Amino acid sequence: MKKFKKNKLALFGAAILLFMALAAAFAPALSPYDPNELGNTALEAPSAAHLLGTDDYGRDIFSRILFGARVSLTIGFVAVSISVLIGSLLGALAGYYGGAADSVIMRSVDVMLAFPSIFLILAVQAVLSPNIYNVMIVIGLTSWMGVARLVRGEFLSVKERPFVEALRCLGSSDIRIIFKHILPNSFAPVTVAATLGMAGAILTESALSFLGMGVQPPYASWGNMLQDSQAYLRLAPWMALVPGLFIFMTVLSIYFVGEGIRGASDPKEN
Amino acid sequence: MLEIRGLATYYYSDNETVKALDGASLSLGKGQMVGLSGASGCGKSTLGLSLMQLIEPPGKIVKGSIKLDGRQLLGLPKEEIRQLRGKSISMVFQDPFTTLNPVLTIGDQLSECLRHHFSMGRKEAKERAVEALAKVKINDPAKRYASYAHELSGGMRQRVMIAMAVLCGARYLIADEITSALDVISQRHIMLLLEELRTKEGLSVLLISHNRPLLARHCSRIYEMKDGKCLN
Repeated sequence: MKKFKKNKLALFGAAILLFMALAAAFAPALSPYDPNELGNTALEAPSAAHLLGTDDYGRDIFSRILFGARVSLTIGFVAVSISVLIGSLLGALAGYYGGAADSVIMRSVDVMLAFPSIFLILAVQAVLSPNIYNVMIVIGLTSWMGVARLVRGEFLSVKERPFVEALRCLGSSDIRIIFKHILPNSFAPVTVAATLGMAGAILTESALSFLGMGVQPPYASWGNMLQDSQAYLRLAPWMALVPGLFIFMTVLSIYFVGEGIRGASDPKEN
Repeated sequence: MLEIRGLATYYYSDNETVKALDGASLSLGKGQMVGLSGASGCGKSTLGLSLMQLIEPPGKIVKGSIKLDGRQLLGLPKEEIRQLRGKSISMVFQDPFTTLNPVLTIGDQLSECLRHHFSMGRKEAKERAVEALAKVKINDPAKRYASYAHELSGGMRQRVMIAMAVLCGARYLIADEITSALDVISQRHIMLLLEELRTKEGLSVLLISHNRPLLARHCSRIYEMKDGKCLN
């Protein structure tokens, strides 16, 4: 914790994330307009009345960003948590036990990777009702493969280190060795993968929304705001810039925080 | 009393079988320090790992017996063998720079061991761990409890390893070249520590080393290993 506090960038990132989370939580109180309200002038440039301008239906972009943050932040966070959880667990088992477990797990990773996940998501969304909880879960369930590969690689190298043998000599069980001793040693690449996965999840949601399978209109998410802006890039560039900037800021903050956690968990780094 | 009779451990590869141990026998009485020496690759470490039953494929213990106080250890269920490690027999390795987990504090590793073996509370485990550090002559053990391995010197790390090895009550210690990575002074301190644990607490030590003078100084009996067998 002390080391984390020393990392200025990480603190900065954490502050921004906290700020965004609070803004999302208090969106109804903070937004000057109803985010789905029509009737203002469409495609109005940012002004005092509309801080970040209005979109093609005349909805206030600032309000939509606040409400969209709820969706996008939750999706990013939940989806990545699911994928990191599954990926770490399977990667750990594959890497530690090797042999048949490794083959089965890694072949299913290959299958999942070969399978175009966007269609899987679409299929699931078409069968179940398209709501954001399904979106989160499905994105999480289709994006754990990268993490699994990374964690497996780390396990393959760490499990050969002498301290693992020493632990066995002291009677530590496999589960202890895997979760208490080897997993913390493979924290760095997982953090990086999780950070990138978060951005990926937010963007996947936007692609789904574009296809009508994500967040349903008129409700806002950063992703569908970005998609809506495509037709108006020349006419109203702020429609694209604003959600883009928020996604960018979020991902960057997460990255800084991730890097901070990684540094703080590495005892050799000061 | 730890007794090995006719122990044979082979490593199999596609075109040959390496007989690392081939009928090795030795015995280690309570409170004794017994030496095991021999040229590199003669199977000293294989003997240690066989004793812990940590030989992994392609290696295999093919025959023989390992008796601890009359109880046959070979062929026990895996879980029981795991319980024995650390509680009855422990092993310490050569290189103290790599045998501690770099991302956990040494205190974490010590108390984790205790909590694992005895399902002890966090606080009690910490007290016991600090005591153990004091017992192996680590200065300011309460402070060192929160240190990471890289913050300690080689001799200190090796002492931490010894503390960990005897922490959960192991009465038999297999010390595999534990002083060869250390300078002469640290070496001496470690040997004094082992001597003390032996005389005060009745620890039995199987000292594996290629350093004959060292063995001659400390051991009551020395086995010489050759062709996978132990000669007295």
